[in-house]
Amino acid sequence: MNLLFELPPLPTLRDTMLIVPELMLTLFACAALVVDIALPRGKKSLTAWFCLVGIGFVALALVQQYTLNADKLPVDAFYQMARIDGLSLVFRGIFLLAAALSIVLSVKYLDVENEQRGEYYALILFATTGMMFMAIGSDLISIYIGLELMALTVYVLVGYLKRNERSNEAAMKYFFMGIFSSAVLLYGMSILYGVTGRTNLGQISEAIAGYTQNGQLQGEGDPRMMLILALVLIGAGLLFKIAAVPFHMWAPDAYEGAPTSVTAFMSVGPKAAAYVLLARVLLFGLGPLRDMEGLPGWSIMLGVVAALTMTVGNIGAVTQENIKRMLAYSSIAQAGYIMLGVLAGTQMGYRGVVFHLVIYTLMNTGAFTVIISLHRKGIIGEKVDDLNGLFAKAPGVAVMMLVFMLSLAGIPTTAGFIGKYFLFGSLIQSGKPWMVYLAVIAVVNTAISFYYYARFIRAMFLNPLKEEAPLTLSQPMRVTMAVSAVLVMLFGIYPQPLIKVADLAAKSISTVYAQASGIASN
Amino acid sequence: MTFEQILFILFAGIVVGGAASVLLQRNPLYSAFSLITTFVGLACLYVTLKAQFLGVVQIVVYAGAIMMLFVFVIMLLNIRDEDTAVDPNRFLVYLTIPLGAILLGALLYVVTKVNLAQPTGDEGGTVERIGTNLLTKYLLPFEATSVLILMAVVGALHLAKREKE
Amino acid sequence: MVPLSWYLALSAVLFTLGAVGVFLKRNIISMLLCLELMLNAANLAFIAFSSFFGQVEGQLFVFLVMTVAAAEAGVGLAIVIAVFRNRETLDVDESNLLKL
Repeated sequence: MNLLFELPPLPTLRDTMLIVPELMLTLFACAALVVDIALPRGKKSLTAWFCLVGIGFVALALVQQYTLNADKLPVDAFYQMARIDGLSLVFRGIFLLAAALSIVLSVKYLDVENEQRGEYYALILFATTGMMFMAIGSDLISIYIGLELMALTVYVLVGYLKRNERSNEAAMKYFFMGIFSSAVLLYGMSILYGVTGRTNLGQISEAIAGYTQNGQLQGEGDPRMMLILALVLIGAGLLFKIAAVPFHMWAPDAYEGAPTSVTAFMSVGPKAAAYVLLARVLLFGLGPLRDMEGLPGWSIMLGVVAALTMTVGNIGAVTQENIKRMLAYSSIAQAGYIMLGVLAGTQMGYRGVVFHLVIYTLMNTGAFTVIISLHRKGIIGEKVDDLNGLFAKAPGVAVMMLVFMLSLAGIPTTAGFIGKYFLFGSLIQSGKPWMVYLAVIAVVNTAISFYYYARFIRAMFLNPLKEEAPLTLSQPMRVTMAVSAVLVMLFGIYPQPLIKVADLAAKSISTVYAQASGIASN
Repeated sequence: MTFEQILFILFAGIVVGGAASVLLQRNPLYSAFSLITTFVGLACLYVTLKAQFLGVVQIVVYAGAIMMLFVFVIMLLNIRDEDTAVDPNRFLVYLTIPLGAILLGALLYVVTKVNLAQPTGDEGGTVERIGTNLLTKYLLPFEATSVLILMAVVGALHLAKREKE
Repeated sequence: MVPLSWYLALSAVLFTLGAVGVFLKRNIISMLLCLELMLNAANLAFIAFSSFFGQVEGQLFVFLVMTVAAAEAGVGLAIVIAVFRNRETLDVDESNLLKL
């Protein structure tokens, strides 16, 4: 058949090879649905182990992708829709880690809730696929589709316990806030497309650099107003996913109402995914808008948001009685800390972002594993009082919880301290006065956070035992908890291996960003 | 005023009228039908913008499939009328209207002052162009969308399926 | 020739109407309808820009967004059904199990 115009070449096998991890994960998710049907009732939890094997294979594919392409990074594929660089490699690893940890701790929880079904694990894999598409996406459309794939899956997961009214309600609230934010994000994308005429992040950056360099475009209109509008709308959409103040209102409700295993997942995986998007869009696409003459750039906006996020998160956590709500506020505060690394704009800051996200994944899922072990048939086990006397009942678990809490608070010799050191240090290193003030605010906030983390510790070690029934812990849960606790301690004392990994991502940002900001500084 | 501008005003009237009606109707069913009117108006605008294919898709997918889904669910749940179109007791009303006005003002201010570079090409949205681009340049998001739809089917089935106790 | 800014103004009006509606409406389904309005406002802006630039990129974006919107509506309505089955009301103000 004759076409009216020439057909652009189809993506090649080389392109396909570059998304093999995503393809494998999708296949495993589909296979998990089939495996689930084949399994008899009562054996459904085997799907979980099948999915874990799948994640293992995907991780191998990811490692192979790194070893094959290590010297040619970054690599573009699919007409620059996807970009394989250090950032996407490291973050995809974090997503796989988060997915694997939460699958392990879901098995027991779903048994207790009597909702053991294969769809659950397939949905976790689909959400992870979405996050991986977000990490490799370097075009507005591939980012948007990845984001929606992740977000829609998480809405379903939050409402997974469909006979539970709290789960329903959390899903409903989260869904509405989420769709609202993605509509705002989409509107911002449309304006960004309108100003630059491009949807590819790299080309957008070049187009913006052209505008900001010449000061103005042909004609009397100033494109910078539209750029700022696009920036604000896109930023609001992304900050919502991170649960940054003032877009955090959904987080405590959604975290409390969701099944605890899903709360553990959504507090680490989707949050890390939102961070990779924030880094991609702000640093790769809107890099030239970091600081503008006479108009606020995104670094100052993000600084205000980060300060508010830390403060509101920590103050909100102090008064909570429900552990899940408290950890929700704590994760809001942690999100604020991580933001500091993005806005500092130094190699050390980016390193801190990745380092802290990995550690945060380990310690947060570890803490949620302990909460899940308190949950039994008929007993919700979500009050801080439910931790009372945990040391007397299960000393090992209490000590591991202690490690996670100390690390969340950022006490030296735990990895949480190293992460915060990089994040706060990068602000001071940058030398700008307002960033130093921001670092001071962050340190004050860390001090406030000691108070509520100490409440857990007091409940576990000092308060008398109230509930004699044993913990619901499976052997795999114990193992992952122990591994997480050991890693948190190990990276606190000997952080070099993780720093190397973090630097892989940090370098890919700072090389690209150095070029982009070179054009932009007028 | 040219013929095109008259057409625009006509279709924009349909769109805005439908949208306002979505907000003002008390019964969700009427809101849904008002939204269909908006979508038809938008489809006409898309055609005037040389996006013929999307105009058709707007009617078939949006006004047809998606809105029918809404109507089915509204009928299935047999939703009663709201007492008022908007809740007079919510403090949000006093907050939302001024905030909405500010948002609209800001958007209009920025958007109407826009003065962009000259057009770079002259491509209409014909089926051939959309199709070839979808399977070459846009292959990755296109395939990702298929995963998204599969996931939505699985998720929606799980949530809406009635359980045997 | 219709100026680009007319289309953008229309899209801004649609977006605002949708955003205001989400906060004012009490019924979950009506809120979903208002969210569809917001998505369509973004679509209109994309197509207007795409036609102005004479490129087809914006239209492909909209095509995929429409697909996503269909999936969103499906999931959203499934959540609505799950809520309704347990509670027999769709008034958001009666959702009060999760308090701040």
